[in-house]
Amino acid sequence: MRGNADVHELIAPGSLAAVLELMAREPGKWTPIAGGTELMVAFSAGRLTASRLVSLWGIADLRFIETTADAVAIGAGATFLDLRRSATIQADLPLIARASSWIGSIANQGRATLGGNLVNGSPAADSSPALLVYDAEVELISVRGRRRIPYCEFHTSYKSNAMAPDELLYAVHLPRRWAHHRQYLRKVGTRRAMAISKVALAATALMNDGVIGEIRLGAASLGPFPMRLVKTEAALAGQPLTRETAQAARQALLTEAKPIDDIRSNAEYRRTVAANLLGEFLLELRQEGGRA
Amino acid sequence: MNTPRAIIRFTVNGERMIVQAQPMKRLLDVLREDLRLTGTKEGCGEGECGSCSVRMDGELVNSCLVPVLQAEGAVIQTVEGLARNDELHPLQQAFLDHGGAQCGVCTPGMLMAAAQLIERNPNPSIAEIREALAGNLCRCTGFTRIFEAVAVAAEKARLEKVHDAW
Repeated sequence: MRGNADVHELIAPGSLAAVLELMAREPGKWTPIAGGTELMVAFSAGRLTASRLVSLWGIADLRFIETTADAVAIGAGATFLDLRRSATIQADLPLIARASSWIGSIANQGRATLGGNLVNGSPAADSSPALLVYDAEVELISVRGRRRIPYCEFHTSYKSNAMAPDELLYAVHLPRRWAHHRQYLRKVGTRRAMAISKVALAATALMNDGVIGEIRLGAASLGPFPMRLVKTEAALAGQPLTRETAQAARQALLTEAKPIDDIRSNAEYRRTVAANLLGEFLLELRQEGGRA
Repeated sequence: MNTPRAIIRFTVNGERMIVQAQPMKRLLDVLREDLRLTGTKEGCGEGECGSCSVRMDGELVNSCLVPVLQAEGAVIQTVEGLARNDELHPLQQAFLDHGGAQCGVCTPGMLMAAAQLIERNPNPSIAEIREALAGNLCRCTGFTRIFEAVAVAAEKARLEKVHDAW
């Protein structure tokens, strides 16, 4: 253990309002810490740069899953165990339940939060591809008020996001309109538990008489942050699901994906496997016979 | 810089405790150094191996990833809290009987992860046992004997429950 608890301050104001006041008073000076599954790893390794941390753990105002007739709101402090155990998430947003079940281990899932996963901003974030294909919006909060932006505009570059220094991620909002969509999510990593993705792909699509309607593709580890594959989507939307369409989409993905070589994999492998995952999804769509 | 110590109150293995520690001190280190509960082991120190697993407020956590300030008011159970007086927990007995422990470094974490599982799911399949223990690494046993031990202990716990009900 190379971390030194003497050089890091940690406080727990205990309420959302108190945390926001602190962040307004000294914007950018305090690093929020929720379940610690990312920041405490950095701390133990002696590479935690934040010297002042403010705890979000145990703030009930951030830990909720609320359902209305047409949407689900997930508090940023909801853990991945909360999500995989939620009957609403399992029924209406099954890809989120599945992604939650393969994040780290049970011990990690009980501490790691949805908000932490997004704010940390890893290109390989496990929850992101599912959120992208469900048209998620994120709600940001500060003493100045609240605002909502599409999740696909949240990440702005590697490990950077659209939040102002005094803002906190408050909730993720998801429409409940996926019952008739074909849905797909697959993560490729070294083992089922504890592995960071080499590449992951999520998809939702509507089929009408063999023609692809609305389609969303969300990817992890194909760029500097999790992102929609909009050019690949464009190659598929409105097209009949033929071999030619699948080939064109594969080419679009191979061009659009911008993965890197790193310790877990290399760009060529990631690009090829992502294209194969897309192929698998399109095959599933075809085998479903375009059933709505 | 010397961060001032915080006063933390929590319950460990049924006993109310008060410790003074830097807020960022890991729960693992507080358990081992301040409370001398050295059953909980440090393996990787980064949440990958599960050796330091304890239960906090009813959930399994890696104590190396919990800053002690976040354990304020929590109810914590460590491996020392499994046995009742001189009677081993069914899981501990099953690990002994079925060769589920060899070098012993992973064992406390395995026991806590298994205890968490069978409390929530008294009749786990082998697949469910494997998933529940997927965050706990063992380099000795090859895992199979551990999974068998957990299955046996779960069955024994079920039988005892039936017995108690009579």
